[in-house]
Amino acid sequence: MANSNNNRRKFMATTLQSVGLTALGGLLWSGYTDEVKASPLILRPPGAIKEDDFTTACIKCGLCAEACQNRETNLDKETGLPKAGTLKMAKGGDHKLIGTPYFIPTEVPCYMCEDIPCVPVCPSGALDQLSVSNNKGELDINKASMGLAVVHKESCIAYWGIQCDACYRACPLLGDAITIEMHRNDRTGKHTFMLPIVHDNVCTGCGLCEQACVTEKPAIFVLPNDVSKGVAGDHYVKGWDQKDQERVQNAKAIETTTERSSQSSSDYLNSGDLY
Amino acid sequence: MKNIKYLLLRRVTQIGLLVLYFGANAYGWNILAGTFGSSLLFGTIPLADPYTTLQVLATGFVLGADVLLGALIIAFFYFIVGGRAFCSWVCPINMVTDFANWLRRKLKLDKNEINYRFLKRNARYWIMVLGLIVSAVVGISAFEVLSPITIMQRGIIFGFGSGIAVVLAIFLFDLFGVKNGWCGHLCPLGASYSLLGKASLIRVDHDHEACTNCMECKIVCPENHVLHMVNKESIMVTDGECTNCGRCIDVCGDDALKFSIRNYLKK
Repeated sequence: MANSNNNRRKFMATTLQSVGLTALGGLLWSGYTDEVKASPLILRPPGAIKEDDFTTACIKCGLCAEACQNRETNLDKETGLPKAGTLKMAKGGDHKLIGTPYFIPTEVPCYMCEDIPCVPVCPSGALDQLSVSNNKGELDINKASMGLAVVHKESCIAYWGIQCDACYRACPLLGDAITIEMHRNDRTGKHTFMLPIVHDNVCTGCGLCEQACVTEKPAIFVLPNDVSKGVAGDHYVKGWDQKDQERVQNAKAIETTTERSSQSSSDYLNSGDLY
Repeated sequence: MKNIKYLLLRRVTQIGLLVLYFGANAYGWNILAGTFGSSLLFGTIPLADPYTTLQVLATGFVLGADVLLGALIIAFFYFIVGGRAFCSWVCPINMVTDFANWLRRKLKLDKNEINYRFLKRNARYWIMVLGLIVSAVVGISAFEVLSPITIMQRGIIFGFGSGIAVVLAIFLFDLFGVKNGWCGHLCPLGASYSLLGKASLIRVDHDHEACTNCMECKIVCPENHVLHMVNKESIMVTDGECTNCGRCIDVCGDDALKFSIRNYLKK
């Protein structure tokens, strides 16, 4: 009898220990996992779903990166072997979520292949083929939104008045994603500033402009949409735009629940110390 | 001269698969592309790891049909060839831990496995379940962010980076730390294949009549508790933790062990 009691106590203690250790392990593991998944400054392949969902969905198989590297347009003309592709698989030391695909435009930008070899091979749904297809269901790389190119005016030599249109010429959507805006150069009185302007709704974030930029560190660079784009919110509406007006319906009024003193406004005016 | 038939076959399979995966990326071969998480066989047949798939499903993400079908195909395949046949015939970490284990025997680091209080062989099942829970809580496949298996495989295909440290850590852990530490105690992927192996068809069969009780099989077996029947009764090794590596068959001088197909009808 005493023995079975002892056994039961031992069993309870072991169970408690196992559960406790599992909880400890779970906490450490969760903390670690939560830390490593955060890499906000990362550019994903075309068609990638929202970053939060992407890190969940990506099964880290590398089929996109392999398709990118082995596409016909990437073969070295001399050796016939594929060159380094655009997409890299994050490895230890890259400080990106390990095993997920990304690219660095200054090394190899996205060349925006018309047949988008990287997207249809994705088995998990992390790369969404519909998001890079047109109404007819055909692949359309121009619909990709990997990021948005941003110009740093202070280091862009075109803003200094020096003639340079490297990014404009490199852009696969030349004239649409990047346009050149002319301004009179008052300093010389006879020259023109030819300023590159990026258009958010057209730019795919391929990074060809960033790679082409002539400055030491590119003055035009691609940032993920989450980082490069602001959000005006529902309170500001273009009153002159009928479609935009519809958004006002989503706007919520801010209601304060604290009671206001009806006295305070008149007290404020009558107190005499307005300034 | 010991027989090393199955050992050689396993190494050929392991390295052969890695060569195919490597070639898919480096030379565009269309035989076996991707990684163990999810692959494409001959450019058409999807394959996916069941545990990896479960982790993604645990996060609540609705996976593409290719992965789900692939996971079913792989689960069925290992149901036939023995659940943990993945561990000994496919997994590249197996070469690392086998080497650590071999070195351990040569250096005579310890003869018997020490029974650690906090590190039992069933820890892997806890870790397996925990991995799914953490995946659900954090919203990302938890084991995949640190799995030495795919880190090593991706390392071979795409380049290691500092990921090689994880592989080295496993080697040192198994050599100087716990005997069969990673594969036998911790790996949740192996644990998931163990569950499949409980019912799988191809298993090792023991012939009690032929056994001379030399215990060579138990010395070489990385999961030697599964060989409890040796020199006791003529039954099959039905424990899911047996990896079907065939080392026991190799070292057995008496033909007392052989691969056989489990007969469910006979019972």
